[in-house]
Amino acid sequence: MVTPNNPTSGDRPVTPQSLAVEATVPDVVIRLAGDSQDGIQAVGGFLARLAGRSDQEVMTYMTIPSTISGGASIFQVRMGSGDILSAGDRADVLVAFYQHSYDGHRESLRPGGVLLYDSDHVTANPDDHDVTAVGVPMTSATVEAVGGSSKEKGKNIYVLGLLARMFDLDVPKLTQLIHERFGGKTEDLVRNALLAFDAGYAYPAEHLRHILYRLEKPAHQSGSRPNVTCDGNTALAYGLIAAGVRHGAAYPITPWSSIMETLRTELPKYGGVFVQCEDEIAAASTALGFAYGGHLSITGSSGPGISLKMEALGWATMAEMPLIVVNVQRAGPSTGMATNIEQSDLLQAIYGSHGDCPRVILAPKNVEDCFYVALEAGRIARDYSTPVIILSDQAIATRIEAFVEPDLAALMGATLPDVGPRDAYYKPYPLDRITHHAPPGSVMASGKYPIATGLEHDEHGHPTASPVLHTKMTAKRREKLKTLAATLPAPELAGDESGDILLVGWGCTYGPIREAMARLRAGGTRVGHMQMRHIHPLAPGLEDTFARYRHILVVEINDEGLYGYGQLATLLRARTCNPAIDSITKTDGLTYKVSEIVERVARKTGLADPSIGHRSKSILAVNVR
Amino acid sequence: MSSLETPSPSAPVAADGIRAPLTKKALTADHPTWCPGCGDFAVLASFYKVLEKLNYPQEKIVTFSGIGCSSRFPYFVNTHGGHYLHGRSLPFAAGISLGRDDLHVFVFGGDGDGFSIGGNHLVHTARKNPRLTYVIMDNSVYGLTKKQTSPTSPIGFKSKTDPWGAYDQPINPMRTLLNSGATFVARSHAGQVNHMVDMMHRAALHDGFSVVEILSECVEFNEGAFDAASPRKGGAWQTIELRKNDGTPEDAARHDHSDEFAAFKLANEPFPGRFGVYYENTTRPTKNALEQKLIVASREKTKNASDLDLMQKTFARLR
Repeated sequence: MVTPNNPTSGDRPVTPQSLAVEATVPDVVIRLAGDSQDGIQAVGGFLARLAGRSDQEVMTYMTIPSTISGGASIFQVRMGSGDILSAGDRADVLVAFYQHSYDGHRESLRPGGVLLYDSDHVTANPDDHDVTAVGVPMTSATVEAVGGSSKEKGKNIYVLGLLARMFDLDVPKLTQLIHERFGGKTEDLVRNALLAFDAGYAYPAEHLRHILYRLEKPAHQSGSRPNVTCDGNTALAYGLIAAGVRHGAAYPITPWSSIMETLRTELPKYGGVFVQCEDEIAAASTALGFAYGGHLSITGSSGPGISLKMEALGWATMAEMPLIVVNVQRAGPSTGMATNIEQSDLLQAIYGSHGDCPRVILAPKNVEDCFYVALEAGRIARDYSTPVIILSDQAIATRIEAFVEPDLAALMGATLPDVGPRDAYYKPYPLDRITHHAPPGSVMASGKYPIATGLEHDEHGHPTASPVLHTKMTAKRREKLKTLAATLPAPELAGDESGDILLVGWGCTYGPIREAMARLRAGGTRVGHMQMRHIHPLAPGLEDTFARYRHILVVEINDEGLYGYGQLATLLRARTCNPAIDSITKTDGLTYKVSEIVERVARKTGLADPSIGHRSKSILAVNVR
Repeated sequence: MSSLETPSPSAPVAADGIRAPLTKKALTADHPTWCPGCGDFAVLASFYKVLEKLNYPQEKIVTFSGIGCSSRFPYFVNTHGGHYLHGRSLPFAAGISLGRDDLHVFVFGGDGDGFSIGGNHLVHTARKNPRLTYVIMDNSVYGLTKKQTSPTSPIGFKSKTDPWGAYDQPINPMRTLLNSGATFVARSHAGQVNHMVDMMHRAALHDGFSVVEILSECVEFNEGAFDAASPRKGGAWQTIELRKNDGTPEDAARHDHSDEFAAFKLANEPFPGRFGVYYENTTRPTKNALEQKLIVASREKTKNASDLDLMQKTFARLR
């Protein structure tokens, strides 16, 4: 028996090298389907972390029911060498824990893929010869291996062992991860987990010799810094701390909450304060109180909560107070679908408050970018005394990716409130320069203390209804964002720099669009891809770039609206007056599959064969007749 | 300490002696926009006196407000300050106080701001007990919008929204505040300057969330509303005598303002009721102190690691 974690078993009697059948594959998509309490997220997390530690690329995707406990849930992980940009349209391996998992997800498996099902719970269709179906008594084998009263708990780790053997994964690293995950708890827990893992690991040597693979080693090691693996909310939370955020306030809501939980527990270590408020309005207000005190401050929420914060955001624009606001978008309107992705809050982010209320909108393109967007949001909020909204989304928030550890020593920032004395010429709202708020504690040489206000005001903060001043102050608040716009880099352009099609996206669509671009180019179409990170203001020069393509297709997860264009498409058409801008939208609450984009592009532009470059058969099919 | 350190707290006592004492002249800013005869003038004059008495460094004083006639207050006081949203000044001020323990934060507003649109914030700010002082200038009417029923308008009050006389039960401010867990609750009247000064001064010295409700007449839209407590208008001015714990027999009849039940009893007296300190709790820690305690404990646990060390350790765990 192969028991890698049992020190008494000595050398491994059966090594992967000694097996007859073994193919090397560049990457693999594994979908785990079960119920939310089965710990499949944990297994997916282990695989993702392992990939990160092995310098492999990784991308995950999961659905969680919004019910408290129970309900069907999946975790999909794609790992391998080369650029892994999306979690994969279809799976190469499906692990089905229950009959409903099998029934619901069999179709997600590519022809030639491997179906592993729990033979204690699932009856597979005997006539299904498109895939390699293997029944494994996951539940009873786990009970047998772990024994005692733990029952079937641990079958997720059993499956992890199974997959570790199937793909010759790095056992010492996985064992280490199990120790890290369960080590803080009782010794029993670690022991049981390892027993379950070993049992799972042993199973294929006797039963699954025909489906053993090895993942290609990555071609090159990433730089001197190691990979880290986390979800987007984690990257965003630590990005905020790195940006210098030490204060904030919020109210719980899915899928924003995990950022707030992280900040609440982390910030005290950094000498900061995070307040859980009675409601969203209070949260925005308390965050603004911190900002008024001179701190870089943050509030955040998801759609419904952002709607409630809008009046406070208007005050932040009027009083010119720096503030970072995170919106982890979910499907709306109203309560909508709390655990589904949608990118339908973009126009709200830009125009959501009453009055002319300019503010900055940034959108991270993937998990790693969450960290860097947070840094940029902090810099812009401070430099331009403005609210900055970070539009993340449910998909980026919850999926796990590996990325190179940021150069923390170079990036970390924290500033104290600037309470130095202000000279006699200080004006709180000067017309000839960007406002920089003087927090309390600063002595005013003029002897006159400033008022931060939501009323229209003159340069000294006095209320005014003067037509001239309202015009000038409105312009002042607008012009500072145009000053910012002039400093923004052109969005990164991939693929063809001119040609037939430019695919434009924002947020979580980055990976699928980039893969769709590659497929279309492989078919001979000249395609470029631009992912916008600066949504408002837009970077200069877009109209020149757009003019180089016959079609500009904006791919978004929101509704086409009354006039047939998604929200970013609407904005870009207004901005550039380019009639070649068209829109690809959807509102199914799911991320884009690559094939979906390719097909929609083909339909829009009259391309002949939308299946170009499409991998219909599983990469694992090489072993199957 | 971490890289983040705000200036050290200045104790709520007299200033360092080098500075000239704080005067009404230094504290005066824009001329008030209130109507002639408005009770708020007297509140403002009393507040100047309170600040003179407290003599805090001028730059460490913050006055903030919501929306309403009385919420114009900060424009008339020459300190750092601001004018926030309708009903939301308390969570904003909590942010100032919790982020900057060195400041002295005063919030002003009216009955609509505090008990209606901001009612939930009042309850939760009281529950959390941040160190700040809240002065509610209660005129029992929406004055800025020209006479609509307010949450403290009495039954029968004729307004533009209740021309036939209001019939919704009004809020009892003292009971609401006591019930929410405010740690200092007092009541005063704009016709009594010395009493207002005393109440606001005590409130400022209280370590926690202190509230003073001041009946402040709107001469334009609710004239004579508080005459019942005005001796000049034939009313009765009844103050609360606080227990001195001097062992005399008459002391037993005085109000024990640490006794919540006695405070509730006072709060239930019929209008115009009594004026003075209803309740003070000096034992409940402030949120400021509790957050500071959490910071100290967290930093002890991490052995006062630098920000960079903390972050590097975090990322090492994500490998």
